[in-house]
Amino acid sequence: MIQFERFTLANGLRVIVHQDLSTPMAVVNIMYDVGARDEDPSKTGFAHLFEHLMFGGSVNIPEYDEPLQMAGGENNAYTTNDLTNYYISLPADNLETAFWLESDRMLSLAFSEKSLETQRKVVCEEFKEHYLTKPYGDVWHKMRELAYKVHPYRWMTIGKELSHIENAQLGDVKDFFFKHYRPVNAVLVVAGNVTTEKVKTLAEKWFGDIPSGEKYVRNLPQEPEQTAARKLTVEADVPLDAFYKTWHAGSRMEQRYYTTDLLTDILSGGGSSRLYQSLVKEQKLFSNIECYHFGSTENGLVAIEGKLVKGIKPEDGEKAVEAELTKLKTELVPENELQKVKNKTESMIAFEDMSVMNRANSLAYYETLGDAAWMNAELPKYANVSVEAIREEARKIFREENSNTIYYHAK
Amino acid sequence: MSIDRTTAPPIVDAVNFNLQLKPYQSYTLRNGVKVYAVDAGAEDVLQLEWVFFAGNSLEEQNLVAATANFLLRNGTSRKTAFQINEYFEYYGAYLNRACYNETASITLHCLNKHAGELLPAVKELIVDSVMPAEELAIYQQNMKQRLKVNLKKSDFVAGRLIDTYLYGEKHPYGKYSRVEDFDALQRESLLAFYQQYYVHGRLILFAAGRIPEHLFVQLDQHFGDLPNQPVEVPVAPLFPATEKKYRITNDPNGVQGSIRIARPFPNRHHPDFLKAQVLNALFGGFFGSRLMSNIREDKGYTYGIHSFLLNHIQHSGWMISTEAGKDVSEATVAEIYKEMKALREEPVDEEELLLVRNYLMGSILGDLDGPFQLIGRWKNIILNNLPESYFYDSIRTIKTITAEELQALAEKYLQEDDFYELVVF
Repeated sequence: MIQFERFTLANGLRVIVHQDLSTPMAVVNIMYDVGARDEDPSKTGFAHLFEHLMFGGSVNIPEYDEPLQMAGGENNAYTTNDLTNYYISLPADNLETAFWLESDRMLSLAFSEKSLETQRKVVCEEFKEHYLTKPYGDVWHKMRELAYKVHPYRWMTIGKELSHIENAQLGDVKDFFFKHYRPVNAVLVVAGNVTTEKVKTLAEKWFGDIPSGEKYVRNLPQEPEQTAARKLTVEADVPLDAFYKTWHAGSRMEQRYYTTDLLTDILSGGGSSRLYQSLVKEQKLFSNIECYHFGSTENGLVAIEGKLVKGIKPEDGEKAVEAELTKLKTELVPENELQKVKNKTESMIAFEDMSVMNRANSLAYYETLGDAAWMNAELPKYANVSVEAIREEARKIFREENSNTIYYHAK
Repeated sequence: MSIDRTTAPPIVDAVNFNLQLKPYQSYTLRNGVKVYAVDAGAEDVLQLEWVFFAGNSLEEQNLVAATANFLLRNGTSRKTAFQINEYFEYYGAYLNRACYNETASITLHCLNKHAGELLPAVKELIVDSVMPAEELAIYQQNMKQRLKVNLKKSDFVAGRLIDTYLYGEKHPYGKYSRVEDFDALQRESLLAFYQQYYVHGRLILFAAGRIPEHLFVQLDQHFGDLPNQPVEVPVAPLFPATEKKYRITNDPNGVQGSIRIARPFPNRHHPDFLKAQVLNALFGGFFGSRLMSNIREDKGYTYGIHSFLLNHIQHSGWMISTEAGKDVSEATVAEIYKEMKALREEPVDEEELLLVRNYLMGSILGDLDGPFQLIGRWKNIILNNLPESYFYDSIRTIKTITAEELQALAEKYLQEDDFYELVVF
């Protein structure tokens, strides 16, 4: 049970305080309700590029990192298709430094041309390092485009192509900032060796006078239901054939999410999982195979990917995968197998909650979804999943007309 | 009320913090096996690590140590690999194994309410693994496939090559896996290695988390009867490369170069080691370092650049590592040397030195948070055979090292000619 207190400033900034006196540290986490899904299709990669620019100085503070390091703090940030998160960990004695830095960059960035120019290059190198130079590095670009025709999940967080990042202009940066980086679109979590009283005082002092901004109302085009299987064959200079298949699944807020999470755990994620045991160990068709889901806020994907053993055709690998999925659709999973993945989930949550940083991050995430208290309601939702629900969900998801397949052939 | 946003709020300099490393408790099992434990944390979780002197320094044939370690979980005389995995996973436990240069380990993470069921199952792996031929064959095939994929990556290739320049291909720190090494593996030699270095080998145990009341009794019950025979890790001769500069083409169509620049450096017992960690932080050890500020934040040549001291027990090394755009790789190499030169020629000013001190102290304070981090620090001290005061010596060095000492250190170690230089395109 994670305890917390919550209040909202007059400008709409939601603040959550989670006290843990066993640590000498404090964590300040700000989550903005904006991700790659909110980008203009001709300017993709922008939310993430923007995250880099948040470190390029704000209106009153030319250097973000240096004063924080001077206060003994560390920080980082990440962007997903759904949201953008910034977090600081620093000695609790120096908590106010974090308020000073974060509030100034919420007030306004410096919008420096030099910072934009440098970070465009840095992000292009990041793009190359992670997606262009790695074998199979482009597959998720292709898969997203195959699976989504309308919804902005059709591009990756890093962006659709390098040119979108290379062409980013300062004007775009300003528009994006004043549209999304306003108190009313943000959640602030302060955790660790802090008191609610102190956080209230500091929040009022540093964030209280920032103009509220307009609440961003998300109105994204919804992906129509897929009615026919889609297939793509890629040839590239890679050493092994690989197989990728995805299916459309539900959204984060449905009970289906928990069923899907356990379903993917039954298929993959441990040495006794079904796909690994059957396809890697017994039939020796794949050298590795994984099943997971994207965990995205809106309707996401379930994915199965694996590299084939030399000499095995992707078609044959796929047939064997489908045979495993058919079992899930026709037979009930044994109770103890479902209990196994539930136990695993319980223990994973306990390990994740060990770190104050993770707890702060989770509180911000659930509050952004709607209510921080949902963080404490996860376990019962997993416990409620029945073997019948698993079969039902498998039937819903693993339909051929709902699928997207890529055969990645070695040249 | 209007506030002054241009002035930083007052801070407590982290350098003034009085950092304490929570002491470990230690126990000795009836066979002499030492158990080091840190009881801390709020969650009812436990981490147990069985460290054997079974690293690749002890093998006579390449990959035997790593493979024996990997196959520990793949079958005993009573359970198949599947049954072993199912057992641990049913209790929500994570069972991992890892092979290093001197040691190899088994690590268990679990909710402590399940420790009683899990300890005997770990014991079974330590005394009764059978390493089935079929499991070995699957491992060989899949590892060869993985290796082929990795060899397409310039960063992987660069990481292997720079180690061979520093230590030589025959040295445990320099040797690497080849397809023919996987092919040459024999079940018999794996079992012999397992018998010598696990069943009869030398063991140390590390425990952390909310330590259950009866843990030591249980550990003694299950692991107190192991032979625990002495193992001496041999000292291998070094064969550093004579050539210093390398340019290698791995992927002619690649868009980045993997840059590795490294020199040999003594181990943690050398009086310069702790000081060098401060100089390293200033040079390339954190986001505000010289290398990061110049090469990423000013020039945008790379997504990230880091320098670090290698985590080896016998001989360390000082390495700079980055992936940079193909057309700016040579410029990046030149900038790295420029930063070395600046550290040799100019003493660091007080403001920047205070920044580094505060950053290091703050980061240690943050890292002392949680039982797994605490036992990790003690494990490092114990396995490197360092004095118990090592942590406090390190803090004292961070607090007191002077600009002159740092400059002298740069003069001694950050000399371009002493570094191996590699770019893999």
